Amino acid sequence: MGYELTQQEMKAYFKTLTKQYRLVGPIREKAKGSFSDTDKIVYGVFEDIEDLVLEEKAFYSPKEFLMPIRETLFHFIDGQIVEPKIDTKPILIFARPCDLNGIRRLDTIFLKNGDIKDAYYERRRQLVKYVMIECREGFDTCFCVSMGSNTYTDYEAAIRFEGDHSLLEVVDSTLVTQDLSRVRKTDFVPEYIKENKVKVEIPPTDKVNKSLFEHPLWKEYTRRCIACGRCNTSCITCSCFTMQDVEVSDDGLLDERRRVWASCHIKGYTDMAGGHGFRKQNGERMRFKTMHKINDYHKRFGEHMCVGCGRCDDVCPEYISFSKCINKLSEIIKEESHE
Amino acid sequence: MSIDRKLVTKNAYRITKIRNKTALRVRVPGGHLEAKYFQIIQEVAEKYGDGTVHLTTRQGFECPGIDFDQIPQINKMIRPLIESLGLDVDYGDGGYPAAGTRNISACIGNRVCPYANDDTTRIANSLEKAVYPHDFHFKIAVTGCPNDCIKAHMQDFGIICLTEPQYDSKRCITCEACVDNCKKKVTGALSVKNFNIERDIEKCIGCGECILKCPAGAWTRSEEKYYRMVIMGRTGKKNPRLAMPFIKWATEEEITQIIKNTYGFVERYIDTSLPKEHIGYIVDRMGYQVFKKEVLEGITLNPKALVAEHIQWHGYHYKTDMQFNHEGL
Repeated sequence: MGYELTQQEMKAYFKTLTKQYRLVGPIREKAKGSFSDTDKIVYGVFEDIEDLVLEEKAFYSPKEFLMPIRETLFHFIDGQIVEPKIDTKPILIFARPCDLNGIRRLDTIFLKNGDIKDAYYERRRQLVKYVMIECREGFDTCFCVSMGSNTYTDYEAAIRFEGDHSLLEVVDSTLVTQDLSRVRKTDFVPEYIKENKVKVEIPPTDKVNKSLFEHPLWKEYTRRCIACGRCNTSCITCSCFTMQDVEVSDDGLLDERRRVWASCHIKGYTDMAGGHGFRKQNGERMRFKTMHKINDYHKRFGEHMCVGCGRCDDVCPEYISFSKCINKLSEIIKEESHE
Repeated sequence: MSIDRKLVTKNAYRITKIRNKTALRVRVPGGHLEAKYFQIIQEVAEKYGDGTVHLTTRQGFECPGIDFDQIPQINKMIRPLIESLGLDVDYGDGGYPAAGTRNISACIGNRVCPYANDDTTRIANSLEKAVYPHDFHFKIAVTGCPNDCIKAHMQDFGIICLTEPQYDSKRCITCEACVDNCKKKVTGALSVKNFNIERDIEKCIGCGECILKCPAGAWTRSEEKYYRMVIMGRTGKKNPRLAMPFIKWATEEEITQIIKNTYGFVERYIDTSLPKEHIGYIVDRMGYQVFKKEVLEGITLNPKALVAEHIQWHGYHYKTDMQFNHEGL
């Protein structure tokens, strides 16, 4: 069912929703940017629809509401294991199709990757419903169309913000509140972006082989990449984590086991005893990430991991563009197959 | 030719080595100027000067080769430049009302530089309004971070913008990017304890590097901005030396008031037998404790502010410190 709501009606509707849901969407954190006197757009809990920021892309993705940056799995208390309770109030995530497709990748990794589901992920995932933010324009660095993640249909509601009024499609009947009985009905079906400024050509998975590992392309990234890890932390699909066992009390009776984000561009990733590491050069880390996002994941799950949200481009302090890297790789493969 | 040398100097025209020729010094607080004013400077230089403009060491402009008798016309022309300082008093066509307190210089600050912790141009402009026109010889500079690109350490008052890093352990991935960087580039104020980052507040200089390095947003900036003020740095023919920290984690209001109070201090103790006496020498003569007491008078410092108990300035004395040998023989 579609509705047309004025700003006032929207405010009232979302106010009602906050009773039942935590609303999570792109919001502005004043003066919380890395640089002084800059804001940061992040995914956060909001109450007023006017708090949503739509004109800029969020620096981070909504993934931290499904896999917190730090998540305590359990405490050891004198031989007992206690799992801390989490906030079980359901969440409505306001996100664009790219991010919703991204969360589908997270679902695959945590719930469909082998026989065992990740219970810690699942308990949070079950709380989440989507309000898809219609995205017809995109941003400068987006390449969702190339990745096929410009569309998404499995949402509970979709919304188009149009100045002083908004169009809403509600699929999930539990989101139809009294507020909506008073507003104008309309036929609203969200539209999707058809073309991005950035286009990428993904190399065919069967053409990618180990001979590419030694290609000078990766040396370029060894020179350019500083392994700061922003591309990973901002990525909607990066889902690697590590474990931390924290001694809370000196007598060892109270400990905490938590998992924490870890990433291929961040210190310590896959380091082993004796200081051995698989990918010491930053270019090798870049190669690993690239292969995972647009090759290895596909081999295992039948679709690419990268959804083309372009955040890695937006946040890289060295102006490394992942879409450019993919295209370079495609060119190299084309040239090599012609030879 | 008859000119009142002292009045002319106060009017920001200098005595030059060429008889009857002067040079106009244009103030540019913070070294940042709307480009439209270039036209005026160009016109002064081409119409009345020798057609050249010097970029001064303090980020102003100097137009040399001007005849003294052209001063009234030039003062009329530069009125918009003086008005651009936004002073409370309208000085009309009289030209600059003082020249002793030198142009307040500043690095480019956070309008451009990612490291800067504040808008140094704005601070320079605001300080200009607080201290100008004043004829005591004060050198003030504002730098956006402890890199100190403007050389705040060479000033009577060097203001270094700081932020107090705020740590949110819930966002920390213990990647140690902040710790490694602080150790290599700064003071090693950060360490890891139980997967959390600990900031040694004694060692932290408020540069904000940890915030810049954090990939997860665990470090953010404090709402309040802070400043370290270093004082009494100088060049000169007696005892060149770097300025030393006087107060840290001070607010903008506090540092402004300290500078304003220092004018009173100088008023009371300046050696009037000299044509001018730099403030550093007055502090040397009166002692740091007197200076400290008098310039902090009436200021209620914020609880975070720390004031140096003693200051031992270093540098060297031309008179005594040099041991030179003829190595060419």
